[in-house]
Amino acid sequence: MALLDFIRYEKNLTGTKIGCREGDCGACSILVGEWVQGKLRYQSATSCLMALGHAHRKHIVTIEGINSDNLTPVQKAFAEEGATQCGFCTPGFVVSLTGYCVSDNVNDGSAIDAINGNICRCTGYKSIQRAAQQVQTVMDTRNQESAVSFAVHHGMVPDYFLSIPERLAALQESHTLQTSDDARILGGGTDLFVQQHDQMTEASWQFPGHQDALRLIRKEGDICVMGGAVTVSDIAASEIFRYHFPGLDRYIKLVSSTPIRHMATIAGNFTNASPIGDFSIFFLALDARLTLSKQGRQRELPLRAFFRDYKLIDKDPGEIITEIRFRLPSADDRFHFEKVSKRTHLDIASVNAAISLRMSGGMILEAGVSAGGVAPVPAFLPKSSALLANQYPSPELLETMIGSVQSEIRPISDARGSVEYKRLLLSQLIRAHFMELFPGMAPSFIPTH
Amino acid sequence: MQHIDTKSHLRGESLYLDDIPMVRGTLFGVVYPSPVAHGRIRSLQLDDALAMPGVVRILTYKDIPGRNQIGGIVPDEPLMAEHEVHFHGMPIAFVVAETDEQARAAIKKIQVDIEPLPVITDPRQAKALGNLIVPPRTFKIGDSTGAFKNCAYIASGRADSNGQEHLYIETQGAYALPLEGGQVRVYSSTQGPTAVQRHAADVLGISMSQVEVDVKRLGGGFGGKEDQATAWAVFCALAAYLLQKPVKYSLHRMEDMRMTGKRHPYSSDFTIGLDKDLNILAYEVCFYQNAGASADLSPAVMERTLFHCTNSYYIPNVTATAYSCRTNLPPNTAFRGFGGPQGMFVIESAIAQIAEQIGVHPSRIQEKNLIRTGHEFPYGQIAQSQAPACWDKACRHFDAKRMMEEVAQFNRNNVLCKKGISFMPICFGISFTKTLMNQARALVHIYTDGSVNISTGAVEMGQGVSTKLIQVAASVFSLPAEQIRINSTNTYRIANTSPSAASATADLNGKAVELACNALKGRLTDMASRILQKDISSIHFRGGQVYVHDAATELNWKGLVQAAYVNRISLSEHAHYATPDIHFDSSIEKGHPFAYHVYGTAITTVTVDTIRGTYQIDAVKIVHDTASSMNRMIDKGQIEGGLVQGIGWMTMEEIVFDQEGRLRSNALSTYKVPDIYSVPGIIDVEFHETDEDNLAIFRSKAVGEPPLMYGIGTYFALRMALKAFNPSGEIGFDAPMTPEKMLMGLYQKKSS
Repeated sequence: MALLDFIRYEKNLTGTKIGCREGDCGACSILVGEWVQGKLRYQSATSCLMALGHAHRKHIVTIEGINSDNLTPVQKAFAEEGATQCGFCTPGFVVSLTGYCVSDNVNDGSAIDAINGNICRCTGYKSIQRAAQQVQTVMDTRNQESAVSFAVHHGMVPDYFLSIPERLAALQESHTLQTSDDARILGGGTDLFVQQHDQMTEASWQFPGHQDALRLIRKEGDICVMGGAVTVSDIAASEIFRYHFPGLDRYIKLVSSTPIRHMATIAGNFTNASPIGDFSIFFLALDARLTLSKQGRQRELPLRAFFRDYKLIDKDPGEIITEIRFRLPSADDRFHFEKVSKRTHLDIASVNAAISLRMSGGMILEAGVSAGGVAPVPAFLPKSSALLANQYPSPELLETMIGSVQSEIRPISDARGSVEYKRLLLSQLIRAHFMELFPGMAPSFIPTH
Repeated sequence: MQHIDTKSHLRGESLYLDDIPMVRGTLFGVVYPSPVAHGRIRSLQLDDALAMPGVVRILTYKDIPGRNQIGGIVPDEPLMAEHEVHFHGMPIAFVVAETDEQARAAIKKIQVDIEPLPVITDPRQAKALGNLIVPPRTFKIGDSTGAFKNCAYIASGRADSNGQEHLYIETQGAYALPLEGGQVRVYSSTQGPTAVQRHAADVLGISMSQVEVDVKRLGGGFGGKEDQATAWAVFCALAAYLLQKPVKYSLHRMEDMRMTGKRHPYSSDFTIGLDKDLNILAYEVCFYQNAGASADLSPAVMERTLFHCTNSYYIPNVTATAYSCRTNLPPNTAFRGFGGPQGMFVIESAIAQIAEQIGVHPSRIQEKNLIRTGHEFPYGQIAQSQAPACWDKACRHFDAKRMMEEVAQFNRNNVLCKKGISFMPICFGISFTKTLMNQARALVHIYTDGSVNISTGAVEMGQGVSTKLIQVAASVFSLPAEQIRINSTNTYRIANTSPSAASATADLNGKAVELACNALKGRLTDMASRILQKDISSIHFRGGQVYVHDAATELNWKGLVQAAYVNRISLSEHAHYATPDIHFDSSIEKGHPFAYHVYGTAITTVTVDTIRGTYQIDAVKIVHDTASSMNRMIDKGQIEGGLVQGIGWMTMEEIVFDQEGRLRSNALSTYKVPDIYSVPGIIDVEFHETDEDNLAIFRSKAVGEPPLMYGIGTYFALRMALKAFNPSGEIGFDAPMTPEKMLMGLYQKKSS
């Protein structure tokens, strides 16, 4: 059962609304409080994409759990700015924005970023932006105080939040989730619930996200090791990633929305094998290696060998990705990710592309180039990658590179664009890679018209 | 004053259709839709589905006791297909089961054998085959053929605008309860309760007096629930009536998107002619409206396209013809603007094309030809124009000259990004173009404790009409708003209502409330004069107190109300309002169809990333004709929201049907509406307040639809930016300007 249906139809809490059942509107937003690495953490999530099992040992907060006798500062800001019209999306906005107020994570962006997964069809968002700005002003006064305590003191959430750590801690001791042996593995569920909604509500699941160890990101020398349940938000918050990928915030902002990033796992992005999976493209360029485990047996596999054909991957049923490892870019090295979709944010790519360059003294030693939306699988482009090795960047190299990329792809026309568009767009994104990676030479990469 | 539902909205306590507490024994229905767009039904196999757990009954057209017909304007739309299907998603059967999941599982077991027939999705092709919904219509003024001979410049071309999904966040749905005596109560998420009542009665074969339709509020409508909410409500009513059990159907998003019609796509041909001073002398235009499989509201939408084919401009010689073309798509329907935006897109395209040909910025032609008071529209109405005033104010207030220079300078200095600027004047007529629909009623009760209760035919869907109606009553009675409640919209309280549409809901229902309140106030004033022994003309109400001239008396509202009750004076009033002065003769296509027009001007600036083909809207600066806004917060919300919806239509919202008539953009993952990052960096709204006398409630002009058309400016600003990068590109007029069309246009080579 989806958590959304449980909330609305079992618990009769009707403030959580149904808009799309695929995580694209945010009307069903809730907060999830969970114990992660010894700390209680709150994040927003879309309850339509959560199995009831995802709620195990967690504090699930709906709009009803935020309401107090008086309007909260978030609600008051919306009221003052006239930021609600038909009202159907409104509780979702209030919940997401309140999630920002109870989040400790300083890398979560601004108040407006917190509501980037919420769609409003009435207001045109300007009044909502103004309301979020009001909330931001309050949040900017938070110094050392813990997020929940600050939020309680400012009336953003009711007092009972202060007792949650104790109650959740007690839950961690007492309950284990029983799953049957044939249970499928469910990471974030953000893709599976969209693709196979009806089967999802019936199936039996196990939830790797409940294992703390699978959510760690650590460094072994120049190798980064990520657990199989690491989410996009975990990467966004990781000091390791932030240090080695200076453009990280820009890339992350192009990937789905804040609540989906809270839920979606990197391993899930791989196993769903969508040809435009943003993190498949990202890690293909980086030549990530996977550790697959099944009943104690383990094997390793390069991600570049993982994708066999459309939605066909080198993984047995029951095998689970327990680790993802890759070499971190050094200070000399370069990495860049590009994505264009019909709507810049909260959308699926028409084409996305990543490039990873190992550099020395201005020369490219080794390259990884990948692109999505141009083949039945997330595509690593071996010829084009090899072509860059031991070369200095130049306009000529770029044009040769574009020619090579075109020979390596086979896009199809679909709702995300025509063949001609996808071909032109990928050429442009390769151009954008060069302009971004070698800003000093950027003017020489501009196409002649 | 804030929207009256603000607090309950923010707390998640406002009730929508799916939140209504369910009665024990409620069953759940789901429509089985046609899997093909056009064909003859050879056989329908229901046995396997009937054998599924929980299935109670499967209804087909054979189970209909009354008429299998829900067409509003033309009786060409069966509730369920009989022998032919005309669009992918057309209802064939209605499965009723004990749970929602069981009903959905059962429809997968239904098998239908359909002999395929040719699928037509293109309106021009439909027209060529003679597949028209209604005969074509032509609006004409002057002699366009003759006038072209005097033109120094003539341009012809084609303009296409795609459809638009309403994407109300609350999907369609209904919940019907059987009542005693063969009556049915239907909760419906509809903008047109009377349409639901009329068609339910017709399908069930009972009288309208047996059908109670109740609407508390909608989670967005935008026209999509004007006619197209009817089917689901009638399905539930039919099942409830036949089974004598409550039946509910709340559509899933994909069902909703697949089965319901959208904004009409249009394909149009134009020719425009100017004299050497840039006066538009002549305009000829032919519209091909893609109506879908049945009429729905298409003839009325087509009519409004003709009314607005010259937008804000005075053109002395016009010939405008429109065809409503029958295709194998879901019946297209009302959507904010109702054909007006489609008409305006074409005249703006014509101006852009001829401006390009002459080598001037289109704004020079636009400004030169703005309609002025005393000018005649092609349909005979004489303009009371605010068009030049709004334009001039926008140019002055926002320093348009400097904006133009900044864009030009930016484009001289930049290659990786190009900017574009456009001007979009609007002119939108207020009234239902079908004159008889411009009537409304209000029922106002004052209870003996002094509280007030209002019922009207207006449906609250976020546009703030309930708030405005309360403001009317509060103002007439001089009471605090908290003392006044507004009821759900119910066909047993208010009969024969017009739908909440045409931007006219607050005007029509507000005037009716005003009339009812004035009548009550008259009786109470009379009562007060008797109690206080003062002349009637000296009695005033202020803040719940009775005044004689400027002096407060001992008598307050509550005391007065009680006195009236004791004296057996009616504390209830039912009032009727019909818009005066409007008329239209469709046999000559002339008349005075609109109570008034709403004007405005938007200036839009955009920046295009010439490497990636992506873009952002920097600013939209608007002067909007409100006359005398009765609620600035609500009106501003309508302007901002309408603008952004229009921008969505012109940019990222792309409806994709394949050759087989299947909707490919059938979910929020494939159909994109604006998100919080994609809206303009700045939306600056300046109210154009005037003391102009008009027929609006409290002289506060209607605001629902007109602002949507400011969004058209974004298309033309983007096109200007594109041309700044690729001046020789042959870029037609084909909205929306998706990033795909932008990138292809940026790098398009001249074909010759």
